Amino acid sequence: MPDGLRRFARNRMAVLGAIVIAIIVLVSILAPFLYPKGAFSLAGQPLQPPSLQFPLGTDALGRDVAAGVAEGARTSLLIGIAAALSAVIFGAVIGGIAGYYRGTVDIVLMRVTEFFQTIPAFLLAMLLVVILSPSLLSVIIAIAVVSWPGIARLVRGEFVALGGREFILASLGLGASGPRIIFRHLLPNCLSAIITVGSLLVATAILLETGLAFLGLGDPNIMSWGLQISAGRVSLRTAWWVCTFPGIAILLTVLSINLVGDGLNEALNPRLRER
Amino acid sequence: MRRWRYFGYRLLLAVPVIFGILILNFFLIRLAPGDAASVLAGESGAATPEYTELLRQKFGLDRPMPEQFIAYITAALHFDLGFSFRNDSPVLDLILERLGPTLLLMSTAFTMALALGTLLGLLAAVARNTWRDAAISVATLICYATPGFWLGLMLIVVFSLTLGWLPTSGFENIAEGYEGWERVRDIALHLVMPAMALGLFYLALYTRVMRASMLEQTGMDYVVTARAKGQTETRIVFGHMLRNAFLPVLTMAGVQAGNLIGGSIVVETVFGWPGVGTLAFTALQSRDLNLLLGIFFISACIVVAINLIVELLYVLLDPRIQA
Repeated sequence: MPDGLRRFARNRMAVLGAIVIAIIVLVSILAPFLYPKGAFSLAGQPLQPPSLQFPLGTDALGRDVAAGVAEGARTSLLIGIAAALSAVIFGAVIGGIAGYYRGTVDIVLMRVTEFFQTIPAFLLAMLLVVILSPSLLSVIIAIAVVSWPGIARLVRGEFVALGGREFILASLGLGASGPRIIFRHLLPNCLSAIITVGSLLVATAILLETGLAFLGLGDPNIMSWGLQISAGRVSLRTAWWVCTFPGIAILLTVLSINLVGDGLNEALNPRLRER
Repeated sequence: MRRWRYFGYRLLLAVPVIFGILILNFFLIRLAPGDAASVLAGESGAATPEYTELLRQKFGLDRPMPEQFIAYITAALHFDLGFSFRNDSPVLDLILERLGPTLLLMSTAFTMALALGTLLGLLAAVARNTWRDAAISVATLICYATPGFWLGLMLIVVFSLTLGWLPTSGFENIAEGYEGWERVRDIALHLVMPAMALGLFYLALYTRVMRASMLEQTGMDYVVTARAKGQTETRIVFGHMLRNAFLPVLTMAGVQAGNLIGGSIVVETVFGWPGVGTLAFTALQSRDLNLLLGIFFISACIVVAINLIVELLYVLLDPRIQA
C-alpha cells in the first residue's frame, strides 16, 4: 500500500483533487459554526449580488447562498458516500455469489444485473423516491438501487478470473471452506478494483442526487445544491449568482472525485498504467 | 447469414427485458403506501370516488394477487397503460403526443456527441502527450463533471439573457407562424442549447473511450503491417484504426442509452421542451404515479430499441460477429 500511496502522490491532478475534496469536507463540517442560523433562515435583503457581507449573494427569499452551498456540501457528500457504499456492498454480494457459484445462479443473477443496467436509471430512481416519498433515506435507497450493477459485474468478473488460479485451487485442496476462500482470498484480491470503481460511483451518485433534488425529489427540510439551483431558476433573469455557485460546487466536487478515482486506478492497478 | 441469426438472437433477448419492466412496475405500485387504486389515481383527493372504483375493477384490485398480475400484464401488452385523471386523457396518448420532440432532442444530442466524441478522441490519441491531447483531456474532465441541468441554465444566462442569440425555452415560436424552412430553422434554433446541455456529458464520455481505444490499437499487428507497407499515417488512422477503435465507443453508446433518457427529463424541464421529460416533471409534481409508470415503460422500450439499433450497427461494422 505505501507503494500505491507513493504512486498516487506522483499524480499531481489526483493530489489536487484530494486537496479540493478535503476543503469541501472541511467546509461541510464547519457549516454549522460558520452559519449557525442555518441555510433556510433569512439573512438579509433578497437577491443581493455577491458582496463582502454575502460573498455568493442572497436568493429570492433573502437566504445566504454561501450558507446553502456549505450545508449542501454535507448533504451531497453524505448521500453520495452512503449510496455508493450501499451499492458497493450489494453489488459485491450479488457479483460474488454469481462468480463463486457459477452455473444457473450465475446466469440468473447476471440476467438481473443486465436488466438493471438496461432500464433508464434516472427514471427508476425518480419513481422510487416518489413512491417512498422524498427523504434522505429514500434518496439514498433510490440511488443505490440504480448504481449496483457495475460493481456486481466487476466483482463477478474478478472472481471468475481468480477462480482458476493456483492459490485458489491450493486452498481448495487444503479443504478451505467457501466463506474462507471468498473473504480471505478472493475479496482481498479484487479490493483495489472495487475501491477504484466505488470512488467513481460516489461522483455519479452526487450527480444523480443533485438531479433528483433539482426536480424537487430531495428531502424538503435539508438544504442541497440541487434544491438551491431549482429555487434560483425563477430569478435567473435578474440574479445569475443563485444558480451559478451551487453548480460550481457540484462541478468541483464531482471533478475532484473523478480525479482521485483516476489516480487510485493508476496507483492501485499498475497493470493499466501504460495507457 | 449467421450474422443475422446473431441479430435475431439479440432481438429475442429484448423480450424478457420488456417483461421484466412490467413486473417491476407491478410491484412498484404495491410498494407505495396506501390503497393501490388511490395511488394509481394520483394524489389523494384528486380523483372522484367513481374513478377510483373504476380503477379497482379494471386492475382487479379486489381479486387475488396472481389474477391482478395477469390483468395488468394483459392490459400493458395491449399498450393500455391506463388513464391519467389529472390530464383527462389516456396515458399512452399523452406520451405519444410528446414523443416526437424528445426523440428529436435525444437523437440530435446523441449524434453530435458520438460524431464529435469520436473525432476528438481520435485527435487526442494521435497527438498523444502533446498540448492538444492535454487540452482535450482537461475539457473532457470538466464536461464529464458538469450536471446537464446546470449547464442548461448557464447557457441560458450567456446565450439568451446576455447575448440574446438564442431563445430561452420552448420548441418553436408559434406566434410567428413560420412555415417550411423558416419553421425548421426556428426549431433548430430552439434545439441548440438543449442538445448541448444533454450531449456534452456524452461527448466527454465518448472522447475518453475513443482515446483509450485508439491507443489500444496502436501496437496491434495490423497497424504495424500497414506501416511496413509504407502507408501514410492518415490512411492508417482513417482507413484501418478508426473502424476497429470505434467498436468500444459503440458499445458504450448502447450502454448509456438509458441514461440519455434520464438526462433528457432534466434538460427538457430546464428548457420547457415539450417532450416526455416535461410530461414526467408535471406528472411528478402532481404525483400522477400511473403516468410516471407509463413513461418508465415506454422509455425502457425506447432503450431496448436503441440497443437493437446499436447491435445492428455492430453486426454491420464487425464482420467477425456470429451467433
